Amino acid sequence: MSATTSDASGSRRSTTAGGIAVQDLRVSLTGRDVDVVDDIDLVLSPGEVVGLVGESGSGKTTVGTSLLGYARPGALIERGKVLYGDRDVLGLPWQQVRQLRGEEIAYVPQDPASALNPSIRIGKQIVELMALRGIGTAESRLEGARAGLAEVGLPNDDDFLRRYAHQLSGGQVQRVALAMAFLPRPKVLVLDEPTTGLDVTTQGMVLDTMGALCRSHGVAALYVTHDLAVVATIADRVAVMYAGQVVELGDRDQIFRRPSHPYTRALLDSIPHLRQARALAGIPGRTPAPGARPEGCRFHDRCPYAVEACATTLPQLVPVDPGHDARCIRVGEIGTWDISLGTVPDADPGRQRDVILRIEDLDVYYGRKKVVHDVSFDLANAEVVALVGESGSGKTTISRCVGGLHREWQGTIDFEGSPLGKGSRRRSVSDRKRIQYIFQNPYLSLNPRLTIEQIVKRPMELFGIASGRQATDKVVELLEQVALGPAVLRLQASRLSGGERQRVAIARALAAEPDVLVCDEVTSALDVSVQGSIVALLEELRKSRGISMLFVTHNLALVRSIAARVQILNGGRVVESGSVVEVMDSPKEEYTRRLLANSPRID
Amino acid sequence: MTTTADAAPTPLAATRTPSAWQKALKQKRFVAGSVITLLVALFAVFGPFLAPHGENEVVGTPFSSAGPLGTDYLGQDVLSRLMYGGLEILVIALLATVFSTVLGTLIGVVAAYGGGWWDEVIMRLNDVMLAFPQILLSLVVLTAVNQPKAWMLVVLVGLSNAPRTARIARGVALGLVSRDFVHAAEALGERRSRIILAEVLPNMNAPLLAEAGLRLTFSITLVAAIGFLGFTTDPGAANWGQMISENRLAMSTQAWGVLAPVLIIAVFTIGTNLMADGIAQVNQRGGD
Repeated sequence: MSATTSDASGSRRSTTAGGIAVQDLRVSLTGRDVDVVDDIDLVLSPGEVVGLVGESGSGKTTVGTSLLGYARPGALIERGKVLYGDRDVLGLPWQQVRQLRGEEIAYVPQDPASALNPSIRIGKQIVELMALRGIGTAESRLEGARAGLAEVGLPNDDDFLRRYAHQLSGGQVQRVALAMAFLPRPKVLVLDEPTTGLDVTTQGMVLDTMGALCRSHGVAALYVTHDLAVVATIADRVAVMYAGQVVELGDRDQIFRRPSHPYTRALLDSIPHLRQARALAGIPGRTPAPGARPEGCRFHDRCPYAVEACATTLPQLVPVDPGHDARCIRVGEIGTWDISLGTVPDADPGRQRDVILRIEDLDVYYGRKKVVHDVSFDLANAEVVALVGESGSGKTTISRCVGGLHREWQGTIDFEGSPLGKGSRRRSVSDRKRIQYIFQNPYLSLNPRLTIEQIVKRPMELFGIASGRQATDKVVELLEQVALGPAVLRLQASRLSGGERQRVAIARALAAEPDVLVCDEVTSALDVSVQGSIVALLEELRKSRGISMLFVTHNLALVRSIAARVQILNGGRVVESGSVVEVMDSPKEEYTRRLLANSPRID
Repeated sequence: MTTTADAAPTPLAATRTPSAWQKALKQKRFVAGSVITLLVALFAVFGPFLAPHGENEVVGTPFSSAGPLGTDYLGQDVLSRLMYGGLEILVIALLATVFSTVLGTLIGVVAAYGGGWWDEVIMRLNDVMLAFPQILLSLVVLTAVNQPKAWMLVVLVGLSNAPRTARIARGVALGLVSRDFVHAAEALGERRSRIILAEVLPNMNAPLLAEAGLRLTFSITLVAAIGFLGFTTDPGAANWGQMISENRLAMSTQAWGVLAPVLIIAVFTIGTNLMADGIAQVNQRGGD
């Protein structure tokens, strides 16, 4: 696969017939001389999927939509060309652009549910689209719609055509959107994180469908995403974006085997692997926003290889190998990178376990509906147990019962031999103090009206750990532990980035001096480089303070790096459980195997 | 009284975030509304000191054109009556608004936070209160007493406004009580009262401020209407609402006797309304 891809794309790149080429694109904020993206050169050949990867704020979506000649309100395409055949999309009158969009260059949005009209049946919506695009005749359109749905692997009987968008699952909606994008037979397809928010199994299906369609119809696709593992699965070539510029561009295997830009390397260092546990590293600092980007190389202030010249010289994309460019002046000097760097031994399955939290025969209800059936597992001192499953598997529900946030359950949750009450108000002060919950979304879990100091101080005051000046000193200490400076003390949460907020949430949990942390998808709302540093922080806390963690996640690769034991959940039942090494290396259940097979992987 | 009367929204808005206050100042309608409100309030507060004639001083024959705005049904100077007659209305309306906002917010937040049966029972009782026309509720009580006291008006107007504020407060609070930071406080075992006061309420400032501005508008018209119907604390004292009623017989010959109080009430309600609208807009655009 690797050899054919690089050979073929080498010859493809010389021609743009049917494909699309971006030349010297610059998008800036209206009215200010501040670039959102700058100096973008990208060629998409027919039948090729190019992955455009970047963290939030890197400008990847801006590049994606500029292929359709569109810039979001507040931004302006200032310079550059988007050559489609011999036409420049950016220079065309709007009527022609409008015709081009959808017919020749199609777009699949991140949230397709918002792109489908909720009050029109699926079949009618597809037929309407074809009428708008002038495809087929009034009689043939319905058949066309059926064929389109069949292409993406959806049922196409009358019953399905009569459904509304809300009657479909997330994966089905995404595939309907894909079918609608493919129906006018576009030559170029822009996909903006189309599988974010889908379960791995569904994501696997959507990605397969998409890849097959692009290759069979000779469509040039730009796949915009933040997920490197997805790109490794689907893309032929990869462009890595940072702060509005492409920092590295090459064939998939070149990027993942021989990453040459320090940023690409740092990104790869911060993602977990399915095959082996890794010590994840984050990237220090935060991604600069447009207008706050540094002079010279935009990555130099966070780069471990930076020298003085990096701060002053604006680097150009220089070839590393044929078809592989990197935007770094030291690209030849910084040595090679190895994927096995950062690999650490898996958690030892034979370790002596000193059980602190035991869950037995747990049944959980929402009203009359039973959502968790008969779940039993335990958690030992200084151990991380992962609860893994797809949405609806009950993993968060179980964690909420343990954290005292959900009251309707039966069974036993034993904490050091004594049963825990249902709901936090029926628990002793010491139980409430010793079990702390960290929420998935740090944008919702911190009160926007309080300062960071007030937020972190509160558990100390409540549990009588410290008060007044002493408490403030401890807050500073805790913030330091989670790598935040004292400068944030007086700020409100809205001034912090997602990663910084999650650190504050962790600091708040630590302020109670807990023995058990319940972590509910704590990294899923964060960028991968931030995820890496949060995971590293949690691992450090586990080692230094001996804290046990119940780690809820949907990401199996992450489990490998952080947990010692894992419970695979499906439909509210434990499907398989055991030490991470055993479950992931030799899964016994079909469901676990399917999860593992569908998880996008890099290794 | 001046500072509370015209600058009521100021200190509240300022304690939120300075940027929200600055954003409000950039709003044309907010600035215009504040200026109008301030001017009318100043007129009402300092009017009694600057009035050319006394409150009950007879300066000419009834309904004559003596003085800038003529005379009223007893020959008193309309302009002077206008300058005397605003303070009581404004103070009562303002206190009633404060009362209704506090009461309504508490009802709404407790209903939203309590949820389930609490929510149902509180809000259905609230609906019963809402079913009474505002003015009717006041009249039922006022007809029963001989001479209404100012505090009665405050309580009555406040009570009739509170259910309306409660509905808004409940709506705003519903969106907040399901947020994770409230769950986080619950997991820590915070007292319910503290969760309401320290976690939920501070996040409701802006929408409640807009609602209070709107309620102020309604309170003024309600207080004036009650005056128009003859229920005042002192029948001899000037009162904008009562003035309309007293002089309405001579609408065709001495229109100013009615028009002047009508216009000033109209201008003032427009001012407070614009102000409330401005706050609501800042609040909407503020987003995060």
